[in-house]
Amino acid sequence: MSEPALQSGRILSPVRDLGRAVVFLGQALSRMRFRSGTLGETLRQTYFIGVRSLVIIMTCGFFVGLVLTLQTYDTLTRFGAGDAVSTVLALSLFRELGPVLTAILFAGRAGTSVTAEIGLMKATEQLDALELMAIDPMERIVQPRLLAGLIAVPVLTLIFNMMALAGGVAYSVFLMGIDPNVFWGTMQNNVELGRDFGAGMAKSVAFGGLAAWLAVYFGWTCRPTGEGVALATTQTVIATAISVLLLDFVLSALML
Amino acid sequence: MHSPIIDPDRPAVRLDDVTVVRSGRTVLDGFSLAIPAGSVSAILGPSGSGKTTVLKLITGQLRPASGTVTIGRTDVHSLGRSALNDLRRHVGVLLQNGALLTDLTVFDNVALPLREHTDLPASLIRRVVLLKLQAVGLRGAAELFPGQLSGGMNRRVAMARALALDPDLMLYDEPFAGLDPISLAAGARLIKQINRVLGITSVVITHDVAVVEDFADHACIIADGRVVAHGSPRELHDSDDPLVRQFMDGLPDGPVPFHYPASDLADDLLGSAER
Amino acid sequence: MKSSNQIELAAGVFLLLGIAALVFLAVQATDGGAIGGKEPYRVTATFTNIGGLKPRSTVSMGGVRIGTVEEIALDPVTLEARVTLAIDSTYDDLPDDTSASILTSGLLGDQYVGLEPGGSPDPLADGDRILITNSAMVLEQLISKYLLNTDDTTSDD
Repeated sequence: MSEPALQSGRILSPVRDLGRAVVFLGQALSRMRFRSGTLGETLRQTYFIGVRSLVIIMTCGFFVGLVLTLQTYDTLTRFGAGDAVSTVLALSLFRELGPVLTAILFAGRAGTSVTAEIGLMKATEQLDALELMAIDPMERIVQPRLLAGLIAVPVLTLIFNMMALAGGVAYSVFLMGIDPNVFWGTMQNNVELGRDFGAGMAKSVAFGGLAAWLAVYFGWTCRPTGEGVALATTQTVIATAISVLLLDFVLSALML
Repeated sequence: MHSPIIDPDRPAVRLDDVTVVRSGRTVLDGFSLAIPAGSVSAILGPSGSGKTTVLKLITGQLRPASGTVTIGRTDVHSLGRSALNDLRRHVGVLLQNGALLTDLTVFDNVALPLREHTDLPASLIRRVVLLKLQAVGLRGAAELFPGQLSGGMNRRVAMARALALDPDLMLYDEPFAGLDPISLAAGARLIKQINRVLGITSVVITHDVAVVEDFADHACIIADGRVVAHGSPRELHDSDDPLVRQFMDGLPDGPVPFHYPASDLADDLLGSAER
Repeated sequence: MKSSNQIELAAGVFLLLGIAALVFLAVQATDGGAIGGKEPYRVTATFTNIGGLKPRSTVSMGGVRIGTVEEIALDPVTLEARVTLAIDSTYDDLPDDTSASILTSGLLGDQYVGLEPGGSPDPLADGDRILITNSAMVLEQLISKYLLNTDDTTSDD
């Protein structure tokens, strides 16, 4: 390849990747079918990608809540507004940190394993075998994983938020001695169910779809070699992190 | 359950004047082949001769640049997605390493095509699956995962899975690669036995010359994208064609060169300073 | 490796955990849809000066949050600030002589609209206007007023 062609290839390749990913998603959606086995397989995948991410989500959630409360409380007391700590905690968690961090952690834990799994299925001809048995691998492999992502990520976000609030309570109530009624009361007065909490959850559903889509896409299109699979898992993490943050900005701007 | 797709008095599979070009290289050039119905046919050839390409043409995974591929009376590449899927239900394929789904048990792997393509009740599926596993000698391994079995056993499970829907045509892609002599002999006998008992047609792609006589009624050798010899295994054994001899006797050099095409070695070594 | 029953059970437990978290967070950590849940009703109030009041600021009565500031505009004729308040429809029987003041929470806190009930038997309805208003206390104005007042008294004496 000549030097200018190489350059244009470098610049255009993300655009082409994006186009391919969109075409892939279109195929996956157009070939979706719901049958008796769909629910069971979706539940199985929800288990694999959801339950297995639980420990990392819970641990990270707790410490994010802890450190966020610590920093915010320290800052707010300088303005004599220490009581607002629970509101700041809940708003930043529900609206941004919960959905975004969960999606990124999910990509690292579950997204990579989905990519590697599908990449290995490709390398060991499992996808070919399905096709030769007249079973559509899009429907059998891709569809349950997409649905499982849509289910698992919002659930994990809820659990992340719970644990982060637990971390917040641990610091502010148990260590700093804020009255728990004040803690929950100011939160209840200032956090709106629909506009703050609901909007965050809506984001989280979108991120779940996005993360599952990218994980499946990179597995599906990777070169069926050890090196190809390794590269694809890395791409999953990077692409998910970047696109979740981009989408987060777009959604936040639309919702506010 | 279904009418057979193969007439007993016509070739089961026919490739007519097929040309395949992959990334600029002509893999098959004007290739023709007929597999007689009810037989076990072996397709032999050195690595890279286009054997697997032939298999992918028959299964419809690969589209020829020109020429036709027919199974029974059906032109494989004229079919749309759903018609192709209907055809594939009548064709069992055993891929090189079995290609079982690693997240399902042996039982669920064999049950998969039945659950996908039939409305049989669970109890009946269970019975069919156990019978198929019994036929390949692995009923005892039903609850194990593919990762817990040896490569040879994986292939036998895959064979049971390929047979689950009672196909009319079985295709085997390198079923003997990497097997120990015992599994190899057992595998060869199993292929022959299944073909006879079920009255189907089998195509076996292999480079393993030694066992061909054990199972095949018919064999053809392909090299450089064309058929160089065909006939019964015995005829091939006695052939004096240099290419057949090289392949049957396992000679390192001959009509199939040992060296990748290159310029003269002396030129390369002495002329290197000029580059 | 687990059997498919155990896997489905674990997935079910996982989903239940999610639902439990959803209910807990919705009830314990938010207003539970008390504000903005049902369609609120709107009243307007005009102020000569709204100080730092912004859309989404709190509207409260007796310290209880009952609504939000929905819109702030300058009346093109009177050149006064016209503030639209969205009040939760649970509180639909506020007297129509309720007064509105712009207050500050704490010394440096945010500004909010405080409502003070009157004694009229008729309730405020959607689209009504609050007639009695007190504008924001702007610190600079307070200081200059104080200085001027002292100035006046000294010159009068």
